[in-house]
Amino acid sequence: MMKKVIYFIVVILTLIVTGCANTGTQQALSSGESQVKLRSFQTRAFDTTDKEKMLRMVLATLQDLGFVIDKADSVLGSVSATKLSGYQLKMTVTVRSRGTTQMLVRANAQFNLTAVEDPAPYQDFFNALGKAMFLTAHAVD
Amino acid sequence: MRYSQIRRKSIFGVVIAIFLLLTGCVTLPPDALKPGPESLADRQLQTRRFDGIIENDLLSASSGVLQDLGYTLTESETKLGVIVADKDRDATDAGQVAAAILIAMFGGGSMAIEKNQKIRISLVARPASDRNPKSHYIRVTFQRIVWNTQNQVTRIEPLRDPKLYEGFFEKLSKAIFLEAHKI
Repeated sequence: MMKKVIYFIVVILTLIVTGCANTGTQQALSSGESQVKLRSFQTRAFDTTDKEKMLRMVLATLQDLGFVIDKADSVLGSVSATKLSGYQLKMTVTVRSRGTTQMLVRANAQFNLTAVEDPAPYQDFFNALGKAMFLTAHAVD
Repeated sequence: MRYSQIRRKSIFGVVIAIFLLLTGCVTLPPDALKPGPESLADRQLQTRRFDGIIENDLLSASSGVLQDLGYTLTESETKLGVIVADKDRDATDAGQVAAAILIAMFGGGSMAIEKNQKIRISLVARPASDRNPKSHYIRVTFQRIVWNTQNQVTRIEPLRDPKLYEGFFEKLSKAIFLEAHKI
């Protein structure tokens, strides 16, 4: 019996040490999901051409969701923000024009030490942003 | 149940608990990016409307208030109405110190108590109407990180105390009055 327990503990410890991410420098260029798939659920198109207004709405939405803004740049069209609520959630949102009638909004998020690669939270974010804009967010092909 | 069975179960429980504590594979709460039930109340608490002053003057009055309160500005983008500031302060709580002394007195060794905190604030101005350039909403959000005497993070949290926001906006109103009259 004791042997079994020890065996179990060893397995658990191995899992703990290896953790859920590979360590080391390869992390700098790693991403779990495929690049195309990531972009598709991290990006939405909005029917507006006003970049400044779009960025201001992104700021308002982030504040609404409990974020504190870290950085904003109107030329680059980017906003970064952090939410602290027992956990740390960091987000960067970029806005750029697409054609002559739309703006593309791209978001990516990091939860504690991992990238958020689940479509659902991004869906929630774009829903909140769409409501703030009174506009519908279109999926991008 | 026999004693050995109970023991086996408790060992198993402890191992599972340690496993959950240490793996760190905590997943994102499903409602992290959804407006919560308190978000409307938060919005009202954190937002005020200011009339009769243009955005740039409003932002410079705001940065003045932040300086009054001892914050240092870490980022600003006036084209988008954004100011970000933070301050590092003492976070020692008298109650915790007393508890630590008590534990030490009864031979419990030294207990880590909360020591430092970083308070962050972001302030965003937003035009209240398309036509009037002298009407704006200001929304501020506060959060803090607290470290203990062993330099471990003990708290990461938003600051929700209504008094904090009321106090801030009261100071801002005064500063805007001064700014408008160029005092």
